[in-house]
Amino acid sequence: MNPKRKQRLYLTVFLLLVAGGITALLIQISGENMNMFYPPADVVSGKAPVGQTLRAGGMVQENSVQRSTTDLGVTFVLTDHQGAEFSVQYTGILPDLFREGQGILVEGQLTPQGIFQATEVLAKHDENYMPPELMDLQTQPSANPTPSGSAYPSATGMQSDPSLGSAYDS
Amino acid sequence: MIPELGNFALALAGALAVGGAVLGLYGPRQPVLQHGVLSMVFGQWGFSLIAFVALVYAFAVDDFSVAYVANQSNTLLPWYYKISATWGGHEGSFLLWILIMGTWMVAFSLRSSQFPPHFATRVMGTLSLLNLGFICFALFTSNPFLRLIPLTPAEGADLNPLLQDFGLIVHPPLLYAGYVGLAVPFAMAVAALLEGRIDATWARWCRTWTNMAWAFLTCGIALGSWWAYYELGWGGWWFWDPVENASFMPWLAATALVHSLSVTENRGTFKSWTVLLAITAFSFSLLGAFIVRSGVLTSVHSFAVDPERGMYILIFLALVVGGSLALYAARAGQNTAKVGYELLSREFFMLINNVILVVSLAVVLWGTLAPIGYEALSGGRISIGTPFFNAFFVPLGLLLLGALAWLPVLNWKRTRVEVFTSVYQALGIAGVLGGLVWFALDPASLLVAGAVALALWVLLTHGRQLWLRWRKGSVPAAYLGMTLAHVGFALGTVGIAITSTQSVESDVRMTPQSSMELAGKQLIFNGIVEVQGPNYAAKQGLFEVIDGERRYTLRPEKRQYFAGGNTMTEAAIAPGLFADTYVSLGEPLEGDAWAVRAHYKPLVRWVWLGALLMAFGGVLAVFDKRYVRQRRRLQAPNAESVTA
Repeated sequence: MNPKRKQRLYLTVFLLLVAGGITALLIQISGENMNMFYPPADVVSGKAPVGQTLRAGGMVQENSVQRSTTDLGVTFVLTDHQGAEFSVQYTGILPDLFREGQGILVEGQLTPQGIFQATEVLAKHDENYMPPELMDLQTQPSANPTPSGSAYPSATGMQSDPSLGSAYDS
Repeated sequence: MIPELGNFALALAGALAVGGAVLGLYGPRQPVLQHGVLSMVFGQWGFSLIAFVALVYAFAVDDFSVAYVANQSNTLLPWYYKISATWGGHEGSFLLWILIMGTWMVAFSLRSSQFPPHFATRVMGTLSLLNLGFICFALFTSNPFLRLIPLTPAEGADLNPLLQDFGLIVHPPLLYAGYVGLAVPFAMAVAALLEGRIDATWARWCRTWTNMAWAFLTCGIALGSWWAYYELGWGGWWFWDPVENASFMPWLAATALVHSLSVTENRGTFKSWTVLLAITAFSFSLLGAFIVRSGVLTSVHSFAVDPERGMYILIFLALVVGGSLALYAARAGQNTAKVGYELLSREFFMLINNVILVVSLAVVLWGTLAPIGYEALSGGRISIGTPFFNAFFVPLGLLLLGALAWLPVLNWKRTRVEVFTSVYQALGIAGVLGGLVWFALDPASLLVAGAVALALWVLLTHGRQLWLRWRKGSVPAAYLGMTLAHVGFALGTVGIAITSTQSVESDVRMTPQSSMELAGKQLIFNGIVEVQGPNYAAKQGLFEVIDGERRYTLRPEKRQYFAGGNTMTEAAIAPGLFADTYVSLGEPLEGDAWAVRAHYKPLVRWVWLGALLMAFGGVLAVFDKRYVRQRRRLQAPNAESVTA
């Protein structure tokens, strides 16, 4: 091999090693910071792991929201209107569009008692917008599986904007 | 009638784009055709402008028979929001995109006499081809002029309240000017590959356009971040959200390009790499458009249900990336430079800069696409949180700062070791000051002290070199621009480090006349008053802040919009160069109590000021004598050849 080829070979091997190392790091670190989403049925059936950070979601059960009278603690029940429901505990400010009957997401951990300790509550920004994770759930107790225009929620205006996020409010 | 006129004008712009593309890419061999391209470029811009004005007019007169207007506007909307609602949704914002594309093309053709005629013709041809792709997308998949006849609604659905804001009036145009502006260096790279000529002169031509586009993109992103901070009502300024990342990725590629171009211009090396970056930067603009516009973020499933827009962009993206990379593969190999450089040289440090920026790009790309890929493959849903991005961006950012500090004393090709004495001295001073900051603020956060020390180091070395040059009387605009941009980066990093670790954030339950303490200030809640806006009713909280001698009142609002019934939180901010006091209303609790969010955010403004300084530096560099001189020099002989 002539020196020039050799140099090129070394460079290629070096670049491959660096690229491989970075990819491995990416997979490793994204795996550590990845939150799985679980619908209510999975939370109830025990498919969702206890004591790990995860995301769950559902509709806020009517008349289930209870505020503490001394601090910002709140509890409510999330349901899929199909019989699966679980309670959520949270301390803090709820998003603007948190309402009974609305679809919301919670991030946090599941306790062994089956209560979800939320560190974050995410709701949609817009009346017509559905949190992506809840698209597959039934929104109404009655049979009306998807909200109108589900493919392109009318939050397109917000999507045009980079800072709006994936249309969540937290 | 007017909307149909707009539709027709857009179609005409498309037809002219076909003409411009054919003539521009075929024309270089036929001098007669070159002039035709110029007029077709002006035509595309003119007709896009007519289409855009037609849509603005439909908004101004509340023409709800146009579906897009009915979805985005409302008679109660103040006139300025009616105008800005034009680009508040998908279809209209894409029309704005096309108008801005036309504007860049016209800007280029006005300067086209600076370049050899066939090069300029090829650039305009490539730009017309891209514009054709955009116009077809608007016409066939997202036409803003579609009518709702005979089912015309009497009232519009209203603009999303979050978008009823000054930030939205200016943010998309700036951001799009950056996105689309990257098409110019892309087209220049394609033209250079077609010509088989990539050299220092080409890099010099490319630099001014890249800098301008990059400056727009920087301002657009900074403005978006500022807007999110005051408008979303919870005090964050960056969320690593896919839509934010869509704008951050082309920015990272463009930043790498700005630096790589400097090497190609000054040393004639890095040529193939520079061309590849020019292609990459614009490709990421398109990828961003795909991520934001296709609905793939909402759900892979919903994308599969109505894939028209997404598929269109995906195919367009594949054609642009595939075509330009094929051309690159065929032509770029011919341009290897025999220019050597040592480790302690400006070239090598530019290489470090480029590697860090490209790795950052890979990180953002992975963090954005992995959830989408996971859903497509397994059907499950995951989210990748901020810790993932921080794990990479904290070390990468610090590394970049550390490399940047050496730059002022580095020469091209090789640098004598003796000149580094001043760099070590600066490091010593910065280290001591950083140590003081560490003690003063928070002995636990060594990383913050490190970031502050590194930023100080950058400021010191850059300041010293600027001073030395100033005394010698040789500070070209490009040098000043570079220094300002680097100072902006250092200050922005300090802002990020301090505000993300030293902020005080408390969410509390407050009853009227109760008070709380926030970072040495006293905050008294004086109850709620009702106020009326043009299209909303609001509950306004009165918060008196006592900060030593200073007393002022903050008035955050909870707004209820009449149309659509949306609720909006309007934060009240007492801005300061060194710290913001931020209060927003949560929800009403039992009795008269309210959930209140109160933040104290030190140096948060430095994040955006740093970005603005960077953008300003980039623009300043464009006005350097060597670029202005080049314009004059090239204009003179070409003017003659036209008249001859």
